[in-house]
Amino acid sequence: MLDLLRDLIFDYTLRNVALGSALLGIVSGVLGTFAVLRRQGLLGDALAHAALPGICVAFMLTGSKAPLVLLLGAAVAGWLGTLLLLYVVRETRISEDAALGVVLSVFFGVGIMLLTLISRSNNANQAGLDKFLFGQAATLVWDNVLTMLVLGTVALVVVGLLFKEFKLLTFDTDFAASLGFPTNRLSLLLTSLIVIAVVIGLQTVGVVLMAAMLIGPAVAARQWTNRLGVMIGVSALIGALSGVIGALISVSDVGLPTGPMIILSLTAIVALSLLFAPERGIVWDRLRQIRNRRLLREDVV
Amino acid sequence: MQNVMQATNILEKSAMSATAAEIPVSINDLTVAYREKPVLRDIDLTIPPGRLAVIMGPNGAGKSTLIKAVLDLVPAAAGQSLIFGRPYREQRKLVGYVPQRGSVDWDFPTTALDVVMMGTYGKLGWLKRPGKTERDWSMHCLEQIGMADYANRQISQLSGGQQQRVFLARALAQDAKLYLMDEPFVGVDATTERAIVTLLQQLREQGKTVVCVHHDLESAADYFDWLVLLNVRLIATGPLATTFTEENLVKTYGGRMHALRVQTAAQQAQQVAG
Repeated sequence: MLDLLRDLIFDYTLRNVALGSALLGIVSGVLGTFAVLRRQGLLGDALAHAALPGICVAFMLTGSKAPLVLLLGAAVAGWLGTLLLLYVVRETRISEDAALGVVLSVFFGVGIMLLTLISRSNNANQAGLDKFLFGQAATLVWDNVLTMLVLGTVALVVVGLLFKEFKLLTFDTDFAASLGFPTNRLSLLLTSLIVIAVVIGLQTVGVVLMAAMLIGPAVAARQWTNRLGVMIGVSALIGALSGVIGALISVSDVGLPTGPMIILSLTAIVALSLLFAPERGIVWDRLRQIRNRRLLREDVV
Repeated sequence: MQNVMQATNILEKSAMSATAAEIPVSINDLTVAYREKPVLRDIDLTIPPGRLAVIMGPNGAGKSTLIKAVLDLVPAAAGQSLIFGRPYREQRKLVGYVPQRGSVDWDFPTTALDVVMMGTYGKLGWLKRPGKTERDWSMHCLEQIGMADYANRQISQLSGGQQQRVFLARALAQDAKLYLMDEPFVGVDATTERAIVTLLQQLREQGKTVVCVHHDLESAADYFDWLVLLNVRLIATGPLATTFTEENLVKTYGGRMHALRVQTAAQQAQQVAG
């Protein structure tokens, strides 16, 4: 245990892995809270899958694997996917879940195709792009962590500044519009921040499981509090915790992909929260029911 | 001679614009359509100041849409509406809005007081956070509607009527001259109903204007003094005492009016028997 702690501080790889995963957990925990409360949890899923072809195209155009280049490609593709989704929902009679499924699978399909094309090409530099599927925290270097730190700080500062506006938008969009807040633009901004969270998570968790990283911490946090501010904090904490635990397990045991490890750690916390949180937990709910029934029976007797 | 005529013209014009600025709501030729199907057609309507106006009509008559069109929440296909003589976007701070209770998720993690404070966000503007002034003012608004004891309750733990009162307190927090309310009486308990009626009276005494969507024909005549009968088109509007006639109601509700009346008559008979 002490060894692990020392390694966390002094070991270059471990430190990068822990920092990167914690950052990812915090940012996706904060933005996931808004995504879940707006009932847009699956938007993150579509967005993450849509990012894959962006990564491939960015690599094919530049031949570079610099994190900034690839993440920029991911962000642009993710954003395009989201705009397309919102457009389809607004302009056609296709319902949101169906539109989501279509956009998600088309973009992801194109991404897999491009990934195969790249791996068949004779580009010596191509190895390792497929790590974006399930994430590989062990490959995080200081450059990646720095990129994540800058992007994450930007996202968190915007949320901090516009907390009041985002809260109002999430609770009652019509009322926000009646007060004169530009709800469409605020919505788009919030979605763009979710794009940032997804982009931050791509290298660590991968496109396939990224949505869970947005939804899980928020769902668990909601169990423990009835205040939005506290919920955001708890969600960030849970995100960071599961990020670090999952990444450390994956790094210490050879061959286990990071994404699934992080999601499994997160799932454990979600399950505990759903079961045992006071007031909202299933266990307490059952106990209350049993006690009420007993009281009722005594009353009747 | 010409000069005199010009002078009178100018006088008339200024007199007209003065009255326009006093008219809380004036709607001209308003048409609203969802996917080509008109939900409101050629509405011409004025609500005079200081009135408690009620909008009534069958389901799908466009009552909520009318309120939303006035608030620029749905686009007008044609026509316009003015608030105290100017477009809504210039007059937001004069208007308070109570949306339908069912339009939001009451499991949202927040307290009653926090929801009421949202009513102050419009005047606060961008980035500024509500402080002690807004908190005290919002508490005062909760008190006005008998909800001070519930200020720190999580909103999902409130009853339907209490949630409705939180929405009314939020509109009060907007400190407006005109209040638009979408079905505030739906599904509320007797205490809440009394609280809302008292509030409406207080608002009228303060010279405020209220426009309210309401379903119940029986109570409408007791609570309101101005009537708007709507069924996609405007059927009739005017002082409730002279507009609330059987003829107008039949025109608004059509054949269904008959069934409704029979039902009410039956209910009254039951009450007498009981």
